[in-house]
Amino acid sequence: MKSLLTMEGVDRTTLDSLLDDADEFFEVIHRPIPKVPALRGKTVATMFFEPSTRTKLSFERAAKALSADTLSFSPGTSSLKKGESLKDTVLTVQAMGADLMVVRHTSTGAAWRVAEWTGLPVVNGGDGAHQHPTQALLDSLTLRQHFGALDGLRIAIVGDIRHSRVARSDVWAFTTLGAEVTLIAPPTLLPTDLSGWPVATSTDLDEVLSEFDAIYLLRVQAERGGASVFPSVAEYRQRFGMTDARFSRLKPDTIVLHPGPMIRGIEIDAGVADDPRCKVLEQVTNGVAVRMAVLFQLLGGTRDE
Amino acid sequence: MRAVMSGDDMARALRRIAHEVIEKNRGVADLIVVGIRTRGGPLADRLAALLTEIEGANVPSGIVDIGMYRDDIDKRPRIELGPTEVPEDIDGATIVLVDDVLYTGRTIRAALDALADMGRAAVVQLAVVVDRGHRELPIRADFVGKNLPTSSSEHVTVRVVEIDGEDGVWIEGPDDREDEV
Repeated sequence: MKSLLTMEGVDRTTLDSLLDDADEFFEVIHRPIPKVPALRGKTVATMFFEPSTRTKLSFERAAKALSADTLSFSPGTSSLKKGESLKDTVLTVQAMGADLMVVRHTSTGAAWRVAEWTGLPVVNGGDGAHQHPTQALLDSLTLRQHFGALDGLRIAIVGDIRHSRVARSDVWAFTTLGAEVTLIAPPTLLPTDLSGWPVATSTDLDEVLSEFDAIYLLRVQAERGGASVFPSVAEYRQRFGMTDARFSRLKPDTIVLHPGPMIRGIEIDAGVADDPRCKVLEQVTNGVAVRMAVLFQLLGGTRDE
Repeated sequence: MRAVMSGDDMARALRRIAHEVIEKNRGVADLIVVGIRTRGGPLADRLAALLTEIEGANVPSGIVDIGMYRDDIDKRPRIELGPTEVPEDIDGATIVLVDDVLYTGRTIRAALDALADMGRAAVVQLAVVVDRGHRELPIRADFVGKNLPTSSSEHVTVRVVEIDGEDGVWIEGPDDREDEV
């Protein structure tokens, strides 16, 4: 594997090996000295052309725990403001000595372009509503830690599927690892074309609520138009939110995941968000571990394997 | 491929090493035996069991994976990582590090770094089944099963029953390595 750009088409062996390595890095980040010298001398550039808190920090934390150096780019304070192109920006950072780039961009395919231009290993840190592969890895790790394996699990992804790169990555990772996935959303928040997706769909959360081992809640993405396709926030919450009442009707061992940032009172009630069966903070910690695994595999090992 | 140690030879060498460890440390107080993955793991378990048997005091064993500590990770094919499991706090402990073959010393260097990240051992000693020479670092073993003069073009294989189904040490020259991958 030269770059990690998408979850679609990534085979089970590769996923298992990344998750197995992530288990070892999970142990590392819980040590008194949470740092190993694996990537000493390597430089990881985080090129985030779209706002991010957790993903950017998580990659930087992962790189530093592997003893890599980091170059950090944020659009607000950069020469993009002066009109420098994406291509010139990444080539400039490459010329400073980046060995790997993590790219987040509002446009689908941006990470592929950066990989072409630079020839470097690239990790897609989220491109528009398209892919977010490390999110799918950390979600898979969280499920695997809790259930032992994803084989045979029934997972619901609830909410703004249409605008969600998380859903587009999770669907492939979860099903490749043996889970069954059901997408649950109002019709206006489902993708218009679901052909080729290995999923079932439902538009009625209450009808199927008690069937699942895990409920994956998505944020309503106002910035991608997600708030304009249903009448009101209150109605969304009433039909698709994980309210305290709905939470009490789940199977007793069902867990709730969310990619963050959570908007309490819309897709998740505060009581659910703070319940031990809500794994949001475990997901965040696991994000560091899986990103360490990804950086380690992309920067370690000979390129011509 | 030529056999240089039988399973019995290995068992006798491990038992001798156990006695040497006890002699050098005047017992087994605060001793932890830590094997280097992969074949150092079962060898460490065996050495700890021998020490426990001889001294009648429980000697714990663990395993350390050095994948994250190599100095050549971008010069090798993908590195398989395995768990590192050391049962006790190593601060102040006497660590006997165990590996199958001592060669360049780079594996031991990496293992020492891994141990240092776990705490500050009082002493670290090294036990190996075979010392084949050709050191590239200033590292030596405290306990050696067999000193085996080799040329760098030869290949030394240690097999352990827990992983390979048999115990023993073999040496092969550059001409008879077709069955190697």
